[in-house]
Amino acid sequence: MAQTVAHKGNHAADHDHGHHDPNDLKVVGFWFFLISDVILFSVLFSTFIVLRNNTAGGPDGKELFELPGVIWETFILLTSSFTSGLATLAMNRGKKSQLIGWLVVTAILGAAFVGLEVNEFVKMVNEGAGFSRSAFLSSFFTLVGTHGLHVSVGLCWMIGLMIQLGRRGITETTKGKVTLISLYWHFLDVIWIFLLTIVYLMGVM
Amino acid sequence: MLDSIKDFASWFFVTGDPLIYGADVSIVLATIAIFAVLTYFKKWGWLWRNWLTTVDHKKIGIMYILAALLMLFRGGVDAIMMRTQIALPGIKFLEPEHYNQVFTTHGTIMILFMAMPLMFGLFNIIIPLQIGARDVAYPFLNSVSFWLFFVGAMLFNLSFVIGGSPDAGWTSYPPLSELMHNPGVGENFYIWGIQISGIGSLATGINFIVTLIKMRAPGMTLMKMPMFSWSVFATCIIIILAFPILTVTLALLFLDRFAGGHFFTLDMGGNPMMYINLFWMWGHPEVYIVVLPAFGIYSEVVATFSRKSIFGYKSMVFAMLVISIVSFFTWLHHFFTMGSGADINAFFAITTMIIAIPTGVKIFNWLFTMYRGRIRFELPMMWTIAFIPCFVVGGMTGVMLAVAPADFQFHNSYFLIAHFHQVLIGGVVFGYFAGLYYWWPKMFGFKLNHKLGVWAFWFWNIGFYVCFMPQYSLGLMGMTRRISEYTWDTGWAPLNFISTIGALMMGIGFLFQVAQILYSTFKHKKVGNDPWDGRTLEWTTASPAPEYNFAITPHVHAVDDWWATKERRAKGIADDPLPPIEPIHMPKNSIIPPIMGLAWFVAGFGFVFDWWWFYIPGMLGVAICMIARSFSYDTDYYIPVDEVKRTEEAIRGSV
Repeated sequence: MAQTVAHKGNHAADHDHGHHDPNDLKVVGFWFFLISDVILFSVLFSTFIVLRNNTAGGPDGKELFELPGVIWETFILLTSSFTSGLATLAMNRGKKSQLIGWLVVTAILGAAFVGLEVNEFVKMVNEGAGFSRSAFLSSFFTLVGTHGLHVSVGLCWMIGLMIQLGRRGITETTKGKVTLISLYWHFLDVIWIFLLTIVYLMGVM
Repeated sequence: MLDSIKDFASWFFVTGDPLIYGADVSIVLATIAIFAVLTYFKKWGWLWRNWLTTVDHKKIGIMYILAALLMLFRGGVDAIMMRTQIALPGIKFLEPEHYNQVFTTHGTIMILFMAMPLMFGLFNIIIPLQIGARDVAYPFLNSVSFWLFFVGAMLFNLSFVIGGSPDAGWTSYPPLSELMHNPGVGENFYIWGIQISGIGSLATGINFIVTLIKMRAPGMTLMKMPMFSWSVFATCIIIILAFPILTVTLALLFLDRFAGGHFFTLDMGGNPMMYINLFWMWGHPEVYIVVLPAFGIYSEVVATFSRKSIFGYKSMVFAMLVISIVSFFTWLHHFFTMGSGADINAFFAITTMIIAIPTGVKIFNWLFTMYRGRIRFELPMMWTIAFIPCFVVGGMTGVMLAVAPADFQFHNSYFLIAHFHQVLIGGVVFGYFAGLYYWWPKMFGFKLNHKLGVWAFWFWNIGFYVCFMPQYSLGLMGMTRRISEYTWDTGWAPLNFISTIGALMMGIGFLFQVAQILYSTFKHKKVGNDPWDGRTLEWTTASPAPEYNFAITPHVHAVDDWWATKERRAKGIADDPLPPIEPIHMPKNSIIPPIMGLAWFVAGFGFVFDWWWFYIPGMLGVAICMIARSFSYDTDYYIPVDEVKRTEEAIRGSV
């Protein structure tokens, strides 16, 4: 009786005595985590919006932001979201090496994104527009940096998962884990769209 | 060399106050005593295996409650120290700086390290039992949450002897809490103590909402959930939506102090008022986080001890969910005086008055439940009955404070102090006491002594009114909060003196409760599954419940399912035949949560003192714990049928 997956919609009839599909439980909990993460980013967005004109005589977004780099970042992150979708499709077809392959592509794209972001940050700091220069810059680095930190944590998580997939193959447990990270990855993509609009596009307007 | 060590020690340790030296000595003695007792009785292994590494929700709940009672003691001592200082003019008991620290730690501890863990303790012990589940949705995460709370609380309390306590009030408003005005490490302790335990609180909120959504016994639809479960559901919604705000707010304040940010500073474009807004966007919902479970407890107690089902079940559910939403739209009433303009103040005055309506609905429901019921005056019911008038008065003064123009007079006066103590003690503390008395037999298998409990009850209740009623008048006479000194010609002395007597009476009430717990632990009668003639599922299993809670998962047919079963049995209708016992799937204990807690502690301590050689290893430890968990696949086991049967027979034999 151990690991049979309970069929959804059949709950009242199933007599499996407190057995719950563990993956199903985890996905529900992860959605709640994502809701709380939405709140976390909303607070950072609102602090940014409140403080974005408080440049204290320092540079503002118009002077600092270089759109080509940001467009590249956007393009790379959106593509990585697509490839993580391909990874999920490969998993559902039971193809382990394809799944790991797509995850590797996703991770490389994610790393490129983080690299470009770090590069942008370093440039700004070198131009004298660092974290402590003004309230605008404090909130900019915190908001964009928190997203970058999320992506970096996702990268470590993905590498850990690739190792586990390599060792154990596609099982119920590893399937659950891949489902969670792809949710997480798409979520970061959505946050980035808001970042692009509110921070960069409205910043250079 | 010796001199530099001496310099370091006099900066690192809090020195100069005989009260603190006394506390240092007692902390060291207590620690030695605990180590000695554990070593002498060879209990280290027992402690580690059965408690520290446990993932059993009932044991985690008991650890939460123990810690919360300790914190209640510390917070209470803080309160009595303050009341002693301002009992009369000119008492030189606490220096003004020390007084600032004491009111800061009193508030922070009572809300975040007393009310929250006491609440989580009751969640943990009761929710799975009440919905017929074997455990919470994520037992491992549950243990992590406990350890994050615990090390957060320890880190915060450490500031008392190392580095210095925070002193900018429990709200820690900038610019006072910024580096410019507060260069010591005290505020860092505040930030990291709350931050670490706050992450645990968020995880608990997610854990319990998923438990309630996914783990209910078959047949228990949402509208058949017991009232306490509903209140926890509503609370979890608020936790998930509110705690991230606190996390960010504290993080931003820390970035200001640690990395030279300008979120809330006075210069370079920072905006201190934004902190106040953000703090109360979390802070006001937080009030409802702690009070809603108390409402749930009153609902359970009132129904059980009136022998009636709760009046207006649907309106109760509706009221709690409305409160959980509207609680997010009242935050600005904490600072009407900020000067946001008449329109904004009017909006928040109206939302604040609106939230009194669902609360009023609940009060009437409790009264109507009692109406024509056969009331038994057991301890839980006594606290519930005491709660109603107390909370009504507290609620009414709340509505007075909500009147924005009048609030310009009441703001930060003792009128406000009296108001929020009345709702927090009369609402939250009374409720958790009722819950503790009510579910104590389910936790430990015996009731707490009635007689000592009655003494505690009257000391607390009379003490409460003696303490806080004068404070309403003091507020109207112009006494503001957070002052450590006043003169005779203010005319505040007599009422302050009476108020201090009331505080001491509540202190005596607490001592009676300690005596009650100790006495009952050594001298008690074992009780059966259902000592109060209860109505809900937790009373169908043994007291204390076995680790798997229910040998056979119950099937639910009615709102008060256990009561319905008892009525059917009284009519001579046989129970449904039970299915055979099957092997039970359980989570394994884990050493990762306490280690992860320790790693957080090291990291937090490093951040407080800005010691990278502390916080980098600490954060690495946290990461390693998470990776270790991700890579461990051997996390659960099955209890074989034979063992379940033996346990069940042993339980039946012992009662």
